[in-house]
Amino acid sequence: MYLRYTLKTAFSGLRRNTGRSLLTILGIVIGITAIMIVLSVGEGAESLILNQVSALGAQTVIVEPGRQPSGPADFAEIFTDSLKQREREALENPANVRGVDFVVPEVIAVAALSNESETTRVNVIGTAPDIQEILAISANEGTFITEDDVRQAASSVVLGATVKEDLFGSAPALGKKIKIKGRTFRVVGLIDPTGQVGFLNVDEIAIIPYTTAQRYLLGIDHFNVLWLHAESGEAVSRVVRDVELTLRELHDIDDPEKDDFHVVTQEDAIESIGIITTVLTALLTSVAAISLVVGGVGIMNIMLVSVSERTREIGLRKAVGARNEDIMAQFLIEAVMLTGIGGIVGIVLGALFSFIAALILAQVVGTDWEFIFSITAAVAGLLVASTIGLVFGIYPARQAAQKSPIEALRFE
Amino acid sequence: MALIELTNLEKVYRQGEVETRALRGVSFSVEKGEFVAIMGPSGSGKSTLLHILGFLDPPTGGEYLFQGRSAVSYGEDEISHIRNRKLGFVFQAFNLLPRTTVLDNVMLPLLYSDVPEREWKQKATKAVEAVGLSHRIHHEPAQLSGGEKQRVAIARALVTDPEVIFADEPTGNLDSKSGKAIMEILQELNDKQGHTIILITHETYTAEHAGRIIRIKDGLVESDRLVEERRRADTDSLLK
Repeated sequence: MYLRYTLKTAFSGLRRNTGRSLLTILGIVIGITAIMIVLSVGEGAESLILNQVSALGAQTVIVEPGRQPSGPADFAEIFTDSLKQREREALENPANVRGVDFVVPEVIAVAALSNESETTRVNVIGTAPDIQEILAISANEGTFITEDDVRQAASSVVLGATVKEDLFGSAPALGKKIKIKGRTFRVVGLIDPTGQVGFLNVDEIAIIPYTTAQRYLLGIDHFNVLWLHAESGEAVSRVVRDVELTLRELHDIDDPEKDDFHVVTQEDAIESIGIITTVLTALLTSVAAISLVVGGVGIMNIMLVSVSERTREIGLRKAVGARNEDIMAQFLIEAVMLTGIGGIVGIVLGALFSFIAALILAQVVGTDWEFIFSITAAVAGLLVASTIGLVFGIYPARQAAQKSPIEALRFE
Repeated sequence: MALIELTNLEKVYRQGEVETRALRGVSFSVEKGEFVAIMGPSGSGKSTLLHILGFLDPPTGGEYLFQGRSAVSYGEDEISHIRNRKLGFVFQAFNLLPRTTVLDNVMLPLLYSDVPEREWKQKATKAVEAVGLSHRIHHEPAQLSGGEKQRVAIARALVTDPEVIFADEPTGNLDSKSGKAIMEILQELNDKQGHTIILITHETYTAEHAGRIIRIKDGLVESDRLVEERRRADTDSLLK
């Protein structure tokens, strides 16, 4: 039997029951739509995060206190005070770690900033001038904090765009006095709207010298992060190894399991983000896949009804020479056509809803969330839908093929 | 060699413990080019006989030779091939595909044949012409009268140019005028084109259009004789 006529036959079979055919594919449509949305939004999220991480630069190596967190219980590790001035100096020494341009310390405090009656709670970052190169930021108005500020533990502050807006509105801020934890600071610089860099929203931070933060805001002598800038991307792996060896020697650690610090590179971050989004996407996809199975069972039900309704037609076809395979092929193709159409509709709806979701997320997240139409997902969706038709069509098609022609013709 | 040769043909239906002997040893033969009417009251076994002759149901005993070869020796695909190329069926209930044009209905057997696709349309058109329905060729069954539907069914049976046409009460659902038109076509196929026709009916009037009448009763052949005064459907006169 010629394929063109097989397709035509199957199609006219479906057309005879347009309304029911549409209801039948609803389950498949919903399933494929859901999967398309999950994959598209998942890829959007991943690309967004990866872009931000990439903004850190491939030459950045981050040393944080406490061992590599492997679960929620390790959260407190970041409060470990294992990184101090001594460690910083050891890492700055080229005899210990080769290929490092500079080391930038950072401490983080959450504090209330106030300008007269306006108050806002933000992350106050205590750091050194070299952070500008790490985060690719600078003071667009005024100056950034300077080495002198650091040495003198000066009360100078550089404000992110949102923080400035919250405290001063549109009024000029440069040179004005603000209070942080009751201490008076002078606004020396302002950063233009920048958005997310790495895991930090630069617009929502205030930057002060780390010495000031340690002494007056936190009363500590350790750092929360040491940023290392490697001289090249190729040097990163050697820098990581040298950092580990240096700190272990300094802290008398023989067993890497007992490390009181950990090193993160952009590559590590990309990898772990990749794992997280993959796991999340897989989880959500499998939930959506359940609706595909339910849809498949729906297809099987309707196909069984259709086979029984068309018993006479099957009998007639057999009487005029159709072989069992011909009948089987006809109903299988019908099932695949049904789910295939469902798949296409699902892909179109999925793309549409993903696009709408991307628009909404761009509003909510406040950054340039990208709409991603995944060709792979579309092709996979169509394949999965067709396969479901094939799998769930086999039983009804066999039922049809095995009908005896005289019983089929006698059927009322 | 006879086209069809039956020897002691039996058919027993078993439903649980109950056995129904539909055919209890039927023997006769049909030569190529004959027009045979099989008559009998309902329950006589005439439909069962037609199903066996038409390869729609296997016999349970005796022997059925079709073109000299035993019917039980054919495999499933060979049986499909025989139904497709050597046999044509006309049913009482027409059995046309709904929402499918006359042309496509007539083309149906060709879909399952080895006839090359480019010849389908021409063959189907010719068959539709032969039953005088050229003006209805793009109509759907719902737009046709009963008589016209049955003519489409005859065209469908004809399209593969089969050895035998089986007609199972073809006039049963028709008024007498349409019925007569159907019998006229069947007679013409038999006379002019030499098609072998086996007609099942319970009406003597219809049966008398055939050249030979085999009466079946209780699963046995009651009588088998030639029609002496054959009816002509075209003139409604008796052929002397």
